[in-house]
Amino acid sequence: MSIPLSWYLLLSVALFCVGLFGVLSRRNAIAILLSVELMLNAVNINLVAFWRYLDPARMAGQAFAVIVFAVAAAEVAVGLALIIAVYRRRKTVVADEIDLMKW
Amino acid sequence: MLLSETAISPLFSLAPLIVFLPVLGLLLNIIFGGRMGEKAIGWLASVASGLTFVVSSLLAYGLWAAHGETVVVPFADWITIGSLHIPWNFRVDTLSVTMMLAVSGVGTLIHIYAIGYMHEDVRFKNDPKRFRRFFVFLNLFIAMMMILVSGDSYLMLFVGWEGVGLCSFLLIGFWYDMDTLGRPSWANSNAAKKAFITNRIGDFGFLLAALTMFWAFGSVQFGEVFGKAEEIAAAQPAVIIAITLFMLIGVTGKSAQIPLYVWLPDAMAGPTPVSALIHAATMVTAGVYLVARSWPLYTLAPDAQYIVAMVGAVTALFAATIAVGQYDIKKVLAYSTISQLGFMVAAVGMGAFVAGMFHLVTHAFFKALLFLSAGSVILGLERGHHHLAHHKGHEEHEGKHEEVFDPGDMRNMGGLRKRMPVTFWLYIIGTLALAGIFPFAGFWSKDEILLDAAKLHPEIFIILTTAAFFTAFYMGRQIWMVFFGEPRHEAAAHAEESPKIITVPLMVLAGLSVLGGALNLPGVHTLGHWLEHTIELAEHELHLPAWLEISWGGLNPVVALVSTLLALLAIYISWLIYGRKPLTAGQKDPLKKPLGFIFTGMENKWFVDEGYWAVFVNRYVDIARFLADVVDWRFWHDWFHDKVIAGTYVWLSHIALNRYADQKGIDAFFNGLGDLTKRLSAFLRRLQNGFVRSYALAVMLGVIVIVGYLLMK
Amino acid sequence: MTPSDLLSILPLLVLVVWACALLLVDLWLKRKGVTAFLAALGLALTAGLALAQAGEETTAFGGMVALDGFASFLNVLFPLSGLLGIAVAYGYLKRMNIERGEYYSLLLFSTAGMMLMAHAADLVVVFLALEFLSLPLYVLAAFARPRLDSEEAGLKYFLLGAFASAFVIYGIALIYGATGTTSLSGIVAAIEAGSLGTSGLLLTIGAALFLVGFGFKVAAVPFHMWTPDVYHGAPTPVTAFMAVGAKAAGFAALLRVFVTAFPALDADLTPVVWVLAALTMFVGNVVAIAQTNIKRMLAYSSIAHAGYILMAFVAFGNPATRADAVASALFYLVTYALTSYGAWAAVIALEKQDPSAGSGQAASGLEINDFAGLGRRRPALAAAMTVFMLSLTGMPPTLGLVGKFYLFRTVIEAGQVWLAVIGVLTSLISAYYYLRVVVVMYMREGAPETTREPWLDFTWAVSALATVILSFLPMALFAWASAAGVMGF
Repeated sequence: MSIPLSWYLLLSVALFCVGLFGVLSRRNAIAILLSVELMLNAVNINLVAFWRYLDPARMAGQAFAVIVFAVAAAEVAVGLALIIAVYRRRKTVVADEIDLMKW
Repeated sequence: MLLSETAISPLFSLAPLIVFLPVLGLLLNIIFGGRMGEKAIGWLASVASGLTFVVSSLLAYGLWAAHGETVVVPFADWITIGSLHIPWNFRVDTLSVTMMLAVSGVGTLIHIYAIGYMHEDVRFKNDPKRFRRFFVFLNLFIAMMMILVSGDSYLMLFVGWEGVGLCSFLLIGFWYDMDTLGRPSWANSNAAKKAFITNRIGDFGFLLAALTMFWAFGSVQFGEVFGKAEEIAAAQPAVIIAITLFMLIGVTGKSAQIPLYVWLPDAMAGPTPVSALIHAATMVTAGVYLVARSWPLYTLAPDAQYIVAMVGAVTALFAATIAVGQYDIKKVLAYSTISQLGFMVAAVGMGAFVAGMFHLVTHAFFKALLFLSAGSVILGLERGHHHLAHHKGHEEHEGKHEEVFDPGDMRNMGGLRKRMPVTFWLYIIGTLALAGIFPFAGFWSKDEILLDAAKLHPEIFIILTTAAFFTAFYMGRQIWMVFFGEPRHEAAAHAEESPKIITVPLMVLAGLSVLGGALNLPGVHTLGHWLEHTIELAEHELHLPAWLEISWGGLNPVVALVSTLLALLAIYISWLIYGRKPLTAGQKDPLKKPLGFIFTGMENKWFVDEGYWAVFVNRYVDIARFLADVVDWRFWHDWFHDKVIAGTYVWLSHIALNRYADQKGIDAFFNGLGDLTKRLSAFLRRLQNGFVRSYALAVMLGVIVIVGYLLMK
Repeated sequence: MTPSDLLSILPLLVLVVWACALLLVDLWLKRKGVTAFLAALGLALTAGLALAQAGEETTAFGGMVALDGFASFLNVLFPLSGLLGIAVAYGYLKRMNIERGEYYSLLLFSTAGMMLMAHAADLVVVFLALEFLSLPLYVLAAFARPRLDSEEAGLKYFLLGAFASAFVIYGIALIYGATGTTSLSGIVAAIEAGSLGTSGLLLTIGAALFLVGFGFKVAAVPFHMWTPDVYHGAPTPVTAFMAVGAKAAGFAALLRVFVTAFPALDADLTPVVWVLAALTMFVGNVVAIAQTNIKRMLAYSSIAHAGYILMAFVAFGNPATRADAVASALFYLVTYALTSYGAWAAVIALEKQDPSAGSGQAASGLEINDFAGLGRRRPALAAAMTVFMLSLTGMPPTLGLVGKFYLFRTVIEAGQVWLAVIGVLTSLISAYYYLRVVVVMYMREGAPETTREPWLDFTWAVSALATVILSFLPMALFAWASAAGVMGF
């Protein structure tokens, strides 16, 4: 137990920002999707760390992390389906080229 | 309410009918109108309006029998939330009944007139649906006006206030797709839009007044607000001033005062009965009614009162000068209406509520008369034009008669005295009443305003007297130009008199214009005593000069003589200029030369419209465009997102991650990230629009600002 | 899990089971009209069951789920909005050659997610409900596949939605870290115990991130930028359903969580909400002026209305005005739902396939100028549209006036007079572009082609009548909204 809680939180913040950076800078829709998943995993680190340090007696934190996994999986399934549908018609997954609607 | 349980006469339970009779009329017309002839449609609407007048009379009788005690007739629960309870009540007091009688009485006469007028309108083309629509709108207007005057709270009054605004919009744009001769044009619908939007600005003031009132008084019911007024005025005098001044913005919109009067002249695009009913006799006086109704508030804020009076007086003079330079017969009357409304607003502003209401009623009579007579003149000219075209059509080529002919332009008239004698005499009566010649109705009411002004604010007395001089002058000019001299257009030479259905309502109005002064003769003050039950007039301790102390049975000879002599003088001068040597066709206005640029200003309405357009409308459109195009798109999307934020972010990460990672080589992950950054920076140079990511960037910016704020606190 | 737990969320359960069954049954159904009918039947049944629950107040599943006046009010509203969503879609799907049975199952699933949101008394359930309602919506937005704009709308909505939900879940994690629990009652208890210390800041930031995520869902500025694109590209019935349902669900979560758990953060969060509301009203209304496409215009209008409802939140910290905040927000949601469904139905009536785009790949008839001449061609439809425009502006005699009135009153009672002034000012601005539609309909020549479908006509006619009639007797509705208080812990 020598590693303090704040280290985990900083790791989580760093991972979250990496994800954020990915969403803002990647052109590829799949890469954006992966970056979002990174952000969700940052949350998971947070949740598990909080659970371990603050409330190890109850399962709530862990259960929450599992729910986040499940939801993330569902999200990926829908997201990839949408990206494939777009790819079939436009032959591209570059987010910036998907700009039919603006103003 | 104890009163309602004990003393209420069953007569008062009729009160809701004043709203529901016209509603019934319009519903019947909507449902069955399609299968009825146009006569039946018109008479059904007129009967609905007439019955409203009968009910109003019964209410007036009931009120007289009850010695003028205010009666509140509960009708339905409207809004109840927490402490706020706003029922839909009908307030029957001497003030509201006076308005009801004027609205429904004049309204009914105009309904009947409209049956004849709309049939003759060249644009009508026997389309019964349009005919029905017109009368449905007219009935709706009566219903809304009744809601306005009978409401027992500022919110109910506001419902009517907006409702009549809507009707005004619909009726100004009635011939939305054509001009007066049936040619395609959007001028009328633009005029409707202008009226509506200008009025929204005024309504904004009204809403602010109501909100402030709710905030300060916790209620918008008349009874509660007026009951607490003195208490609040003692504690927070600024609140009362704010409410009354916000209300003034509403008044300047609805009653066409400076600076919001610009919509009213354009509103003449509507059919003439509409101009007479809505834009002369009734709706535009709603602002005057609002001030009179709010007398307990205004009496407590003398400064606000003075501003109101000054706005009214300046408007009265300003509009009168513009009227001198107009050529359209209805435009002259429109500016005259603005000017007369200025008289009323000045009167109620000075606290002379009775004088203001008196002028409101007499003005409804004679201005409706003038407008409707003007309509009769226009129809006469159209008949002449039609007759002419028909006649010549046999001899000449058809296309030649499509010359541009404006039947409302006074420069096309002249000599109509002989062609349309009945209309001529009616017009003369209206003119004398408006000019304030003894013993017509306008003389008594205007004299009362001038007398009060002389006693209270001499400077306003001087402005108003000057305005009265101009009034007589432009009316004289109109009479000479329209009815005397020789016809300046062939259509005028062949004009024909209007049928009975048009002239008979006019005769009734003419009778009222002659005798209307009897309502409140000096010394007797019938209307004054009637309104006293509702409005307590403040007693002023005044030190008057000796000439103002003279009273011939209530009439001050100095004021009366001065105003009458000035009016006669003005008519005489107008005769010198326009009557002695009548205009000939194509001749310029004889005033143009001696007055030079002053007359050009009058002709062009002192360029107020152009100024508003340049200062407000264009700027508004520019700002909207700027925000949408430059700020929201080019600045926010293209420049701020991509260049500033994304660029800086990438640049920073480039320095922080890339160089650091490359030089020290911490681990593969950071290497990869640095690599990614490098490729990204290359890409971002080529980047024009990053759409989905721009949106994500907006989200992140919001987060940064919010979290930053919370951390800084 | 006990039988009484299940009983307390019975309508929701029925709907989920029904939706699963419908997904299977649809495989054997040739006529999609039957699917639509079955879906509508399920929603009606759900609404009926929810109505039967009115007045109950209890918690279930160990305090994760609450059944109170608030939940039962919304649980009637959501299925009804789903019903309208089916009514406007039935003919449209056929007309646009995208009649697939999944539309109805997805709509049912999304509705179930919204209902779960109304029940949620635990942040985990809030998150679950958020995803439950969003995932079907992502697919629905792309439902007009292979229409390019629809696919694009789906993808954009998905990417940004996932991004925003990451903020929500991060916020929830921080709140969990600060208080050691995710249940609303636990959070209240932890705050009242006053043992937070430095983690008080963690809690505040968590709450702010939560606000951001749901600000995205309800389209508050500056989290609004997806709205115009997605509303524009999605099939119009989906847009209508989304504009009403997703917004209402987002506000449901915000209302319950803020009013129940976070009143103590009032001093920190009220300025944030204040600025968000003011920005949202301003940007939404101003940018709407420059729009020429009716769907984008209504999208910005929807943003603006999110701002009006957000105004109610400035009152959430004050115990005296809290109930008013909930009641006026719920009332306005009903107002907006009715009006907005009607307006979208009118848009659908004018929308048609663009023959020039080849194989029916695009829609046309969506410019504001396409409404020219509607007043002559379809007087009743034009009159209804006029009612909706007046109601969105907040003018009598429509429900919009009453709704705005309640909202402004709440804001003033909370002491935020200037916010109310901004509200009045921006609704003054909005008159400009709403009125333009009316002017175009009545005062411009044109011959719009419109569709007559019984259910579509039914939707706008009923919405218009309700908008006008309810404005004269809003008391019953408001009494119900006032009774729908949030259960305290």
